[in-house]
Amino acid sequence: MRQASFEAEHGADWQAFEKFLDGAQPPPFPPAEMPARYRRLCQSLALAMDRQYSPDLIDRLNGLGLRGHHALYRNRRRETQAVREFLLGGFAALVRSEWRLVGAAAILFFGPLLLLIGLLQQFPEFVHYLLAPEQIAQFQQMYDPANKQLGMRAADTNVMMFGFYIWNNVRIGFQTFAGGLLAGVGSVWFLATNGVIIGSVAGYLTQVGYAATFWSFVAGHSSLELVAIVLSGAAGLRLGLAVIAPGKLSRKSALVAAAKPAVRIMYGAAIMFLAAAFVEAFWSPHTVLPPALKIAVGLTGWALLLAYFVFAGRRAAY
Amino acid sequence: MLDTTRRVATPEGIELTLHLAGPVPRAAAWAIDLALRIAVVVAISFVALQLGRAGWGIVLLAWFFVEWLLPAWLEATWRGQTPGKRAMGLMVLNDDGTPVRWPAALTRNLLRAADFLPVLYGLGLVAMLVNRDFKRLGDLAAGTVVVYQQERRAAAKKIPEAAPVVPPIPLQLAEQRALLELAERSATLTQERVEELAELPTPLVANLDGARAAARLIGMANYIAGRQ
Repeated sequence: MRQASFEAEHGADWQAFEKFLDGAQPPPFPPAEMPARYRRLCQSLALAMDRQYSPDLIDRLNGLGLRGHHALYRNRRRETQAVREFLLGGFAALVRSEWRLVGAAAILFFGPLLLLIGLLQQFPEFVHYLLAPEQIAQFQQMYDPANKQLGMRAADTNVMMFGFYIWNNVRIGFQTFAGGLLAGVGSVWFLATNGVIIGSVAGYLTQVGYAATFWSFVAGHSSLELVAIVLSGAAGLRLGLAVIAPGKLSRKSALVAAAKPAVRIMYGAAIMFLAAAFVEAFWSPHTVLPPALKIAVGLTGWALLLAYFVFAGRRAAY
Repeated sequence: MLDTTRRVATPEGIELTLHLAGPVPRAAAWAIDLALRIAVVVAISFVALQLGRAGWGIVLLAWFFVEWLLPAWLEATWRGQTPGKRAMGLMVLNDDGTPVRWPAALTRNLLRAADFLPVLYGLGLVAMLVNRDFKRLGDLAAGTVVVYQQERRAAAKKIPEAAPVVPPIPLQLAEQRALLELAERSATLTQERVEELAELPTPLVANLDGARAAARLIGMANYIAGRQ
C-alpha cells in the first residue's frame, strides 16, 4: 500500500485521536472507545514502521502513540484511600518488615546519644570536646529554669519556631535519607553525628541541673522526632544496601527496587517530623504546666508510638 | 550508539521513541527553577516580615516547601514538569515512558540532596555522564528519565528546498533519517564539513565530488520528506 492511500484511509482516525488528546469539547468519540482507538493507532505505527513510510509520518504517529500511552496509563487510583490505609497500618507493617535496618539505624543513633548522656554525668568536662563554648552558652540560656518559654530565646515566637523546626529538622531527615545513596555512608554519618549532638546537649544540661526544664521541654515531641530520624536513616540504609549488595539483581534495578519501600518510609517519617515540629513549637515551650505532667505526656507518646509500630496493620495484608 | 534516544516497548507491541535530555538543558531548567524559587521566597518574605518575628516562621515554612516539596508536587501533577523544565521543553517520565507519580517524583527530588554533593550537582553530573540515559542519582533510584517533549522537535525541522532526487537503492528508516538530519543541519555546518560528509555514502553518490554529492543528498532528503 502506498503511503498516500494509507494516510487517506486512516488520517481521519488519527486526527480524531489527536483532538481527543487535546481535550476537545465535545470529544470526537466517547471516552470508552479510547483504548480500542489507541490500539488501532499503535497498529498504524507498527505498519508505518514496517513499510518504511516517511520519517515525518512515523514521527507523527510515534508522538501520538506516546501521548496516548501517557493518557491511558496515567494512574487514577483514589489517593485519599491509599493515604488512609497507609497511615492506619501500612506504614507500621512496612517498618516492621524492615526491622533489621531500623534496628541498625536505631543503634547508630541512640547508641552515641545514650552513651554520652551517661558519660557526661561522670565526666562533665568531656562536653568541651563535643560542643563549642558559644553553643554551650546558647543551650544554657534556652533551658534556664528562669525562662517563661523553653527551648527558644526570649523574643522568639511559636510560629517562628514552628517554621524553623520544619525547615531545619525535616531537612536533616531528608539529608539523612539522601545520604544513604552514597553506599550508606551519608546516613550513617548523619545518624551518628545527630546522636552525638543531642546526647551531649542532653547530658550536659542534665549534669548542670537543668534536668527539669530540659526533659520537660523535649518529652512531648521526642518520640516522634527521634523515631523519625531513625526511620529516615533506615530508609537511607535501604538505598545504601542496594548499592553495596545488590544480590542477584543489577545495581541499577536493585536500587530502583529498594527506593520504593524506602520512599514510602519517608512519607511516614515526613508526617512524623511535621507532627513533632507542631508539638515542639506549640506545646513543649510552655512553663505553666508542671514538668511532671509534661514528662508523663511525653512517656505516653512514646508508649503510643511504639504500640503503633508493634501492633498496627497486623490483620490486613498491605 | 550516538543517538540520545531511548526506545520503550509498550504492552501493545510497539516501540515508542523518547528523546533524552542532556546535562546542559537540564542545568538551564534548574537555574530557571532556582531563580523562581528565590523570587517566591523573597516575595513571601516582603509580606510576611510585616508580621514581625512570626513572619520568619512563615518565610522558613515557604522556603522548606518550595525547596523540597513543590518540585515533586509539580512533577507529579503537572505533566512531569516544573516551570524551568516547561520553559526548556523537558519533562520527567518513568523508565517505561509512563507519566511519573508521587513516589517517583518524591524519590528523585529528595535525592537531589545526594546529587548536589560535593558542590553544585557534582555527583549528579558525573552520574549523568557515565550512564547512557543521562540519569542523575535520583533518576537512577526513582527509575525516571528526563526527555524532550515531542512537539518541540517537530517544530524545529526545516530542510533546504531542492528538486527531489529518487535514491538509487531503497533506504532503511534509520538511513532515511540520517539523510534528513544531514539536510536539516547543512545550514549550520560549514560547507567543507557538509561536502566531506556527503562523499561518505558511496552507494548513493558514487564518486561525485563534495559539492555535487551534497546537492544530490539534499535532493534525496527532499524526496524522502515527501516533496516528490
